[in-house]
Amino acid sequence: MLMLHCPYCGQDVDETDLHAGGEAHLKRFGPGSSDEDFESYLFVRKNPKGIHVERWRHAYGCGKWFLAARSTVTLEVFGTYAAQTKSPPADIQEKIRAVDPDWTWEGEA
Amino acid sequence: MKRYSAFAIAREAMRHHQGWERAWAKRAPKKKYDVIIVGAGGHGLATAYYLGKNFGITNVAVLEKGWLGGGNTGRNTTIIRSNYLQDPSAAIYEKSRSLYETLSQDLNYNVMFSPRGVIMLAQTQHEIRGYQRTAHANSLQGVETEWIGPNRVKELCPIMNINGPRYPVLGGLWQARGGTARHDAVAWGYARACSDMGMDIIQKCEVTGVTREGGKVTGVETTQGHIGCDKLGMVVAGHASVLAEKAGFRLPIESVALQALVSEPIKPCMDIVVMANTVHGYLSQSDKGEMVIGGGTDGYNNYTQRGSFHHIEETVRALVETFPILSRLKMLRQWGGIVDVTGDRSPILSKTPVDGIFVNCGWGTGGFKAIPGSGWAMAELIAKGESPLTEEFSMFRFREGKFIDESVAAGVAH
Ligand SMILES: Cc1cc2nc3c(=O)[nH]c(=O)nc-3n(C[C@H](O)[C@H](O)[C@H](O)COP(=O)(O)OP(=O)(O)OC[C@H]3O[C@@H](n4cnc5c(N)ncnc54)[C@H](O)[C@@H]3O)c2cc1C
Ligand SMILES: [Zn+2]
Repeated sequence: MLMLHCPYCGQDVDETDLHAGGEAHLKRFGPGSSDEDFESYLFVRKNPKGIHVERWRHAYGCGKWFLAARSTVTLEVFGTYAAQTKSPPADIQEKIRAVDPDWTWEGEA
Repeated sequence: MKRYSAFAIAREAMRHHQGWERAWAKRAPKKKYDVIIVGAGGHGLATAYYLGKNFGITNVAVLEKGWLGGGNTGRNTTIIRSNYLQDPSAAIYEKSRSLYETLSQDLNYNVMFSPRGVIMLAQTQHEIRGYQRTAHANSLQGVETEWIGPNRVKELCPIMNINGPRYPVLGGLWQARGGTARHDAVAWGYARACSDMGMDIIQKCEVTGVTREGGKVTGVETTQGHIGCDKLGMVVAGHASVLAEKAGFRLPIESVALQALVSEPIKPCMDIVVMANTVHGYLSQSDKGEMVIGGGTDGYNNYTQRGSFHHIEETVRALVETFPILSRLKMLRQWGGIVDVTGDRSPILSKTPVDGIFVNCGWGTGGFKAIPGSGWAMAELIAKGESPLTEEFSMFRFREGKFIDESVAAGVAH
């Protein structure tokens, strides 16, 4: 069973209290954008076999969205952080590189 | 290839079964093929089979990183039905269901197709309306289904409690020609037939790269070296995004775990397949007597072939209410597969941004039933560059907003 730390409540939360929200740091597009831009934002996903930076909601707790870096191969969680963050914090990136030296942060998709 | 028959069994019985041939040949990869199919699951093998059978293309290799049929094809609960809502879905799934009817004869391999009937229960007012609508759509599409009331449901499946306090059974969508088949046999039967046509099925051969020249595919890098090809079919289900990335494009796919479990064997008590989509559970009884149970997917991206325990718990809890006799059964085994889910819950059979590469994926939680039809259509797409059955299933439909929205018809789709 997956356990994630809610950065707002400061609690370790069981998966059953959480709602998964898919890939994080997507570049959002608004009115007037091209079909390709909407497709990339709404549907196309990296879906990596490896490190996934993703959104979660503490659904049966504080109700807020937060972000997590997790391996989809080992289910190891490298850390969680607030949703209003532009990129994974340096300490989380370091932990990821410790297990996957080739991993690089690409920035917003 | 020596044919399987009652006579062959008698002949072999007389000589201590010494004369059976290998079902498929073990071969080393050639330098180059006309077509390479990546993934020896049901869809990959069926694609190869119909390339040979319908189009005479037999210089084909099927490359598999593990063992043949070891992916979702060998992990599913084997439900076969074609009662979908949208026209493009009904066309390909019904083609598939009808091919299943004669598949054992066609392949000379017993796939144990059992058209025992499939019922999808309506347990809310919303589902009643939804399934009545599907029944009407099906009659226009030429797919034989029927809306039936709760008493008929009870007749078809006496072990069901139709007066459950929370979700009483209000009726159901009945497809008498739906059923099950033996999943391994489907993969093995196609593999044997492909091998007989001279195709190479190469196991323990993982594709690690895709080589291209001027926007066109030239071959694949594998754990057994470089293998050239004119055309490439990617048919790797849960690993579709990983392989697409190697060819330089991305897909509208997410990979998540779906689990199933079976009980200890009991005497025959249920001779149809029941799906209860509101409570996320489905059930059938195998020929060995095990109750075969499946449920919903996990919510998060996952490649581990292990799912979350609470989903099993929810599924079993829901089924026990509708099937009280299950409550004291012991569960024997539980397992997971990685399914490839698209935004509209419909598959992708498509050309790709790379010339010569075709992709078949996105069958998600419900592609076992589609194996023969998908292979048939995919072979045509690869051979001719187009197929009436695949037209609407392009990977570019998400850009154009032309969804084939099946999630309205079934919360869980299998
Ligand atoms: C628990 C569960 C229950 C299900 N129940 C049903 C059901 O009742 N009815 C139904 O219709 N469907 C059901 N499904 C869905 C169904 O199993 C799948 O849609 C279908 O089997 C997909 O077949 P496939 O050939 O596309 O994929 P797979 O059988 O997964 O084959 C893909 C193959 O590609 C190989 N591969 C991947 N990457 C590479 C690489 N780089 N190089 C070489 N090989 C590679 C894999 O090893 C694998 O063998 C269920 C699925 C699960 C997991
Ligand atoms: Zn919280």
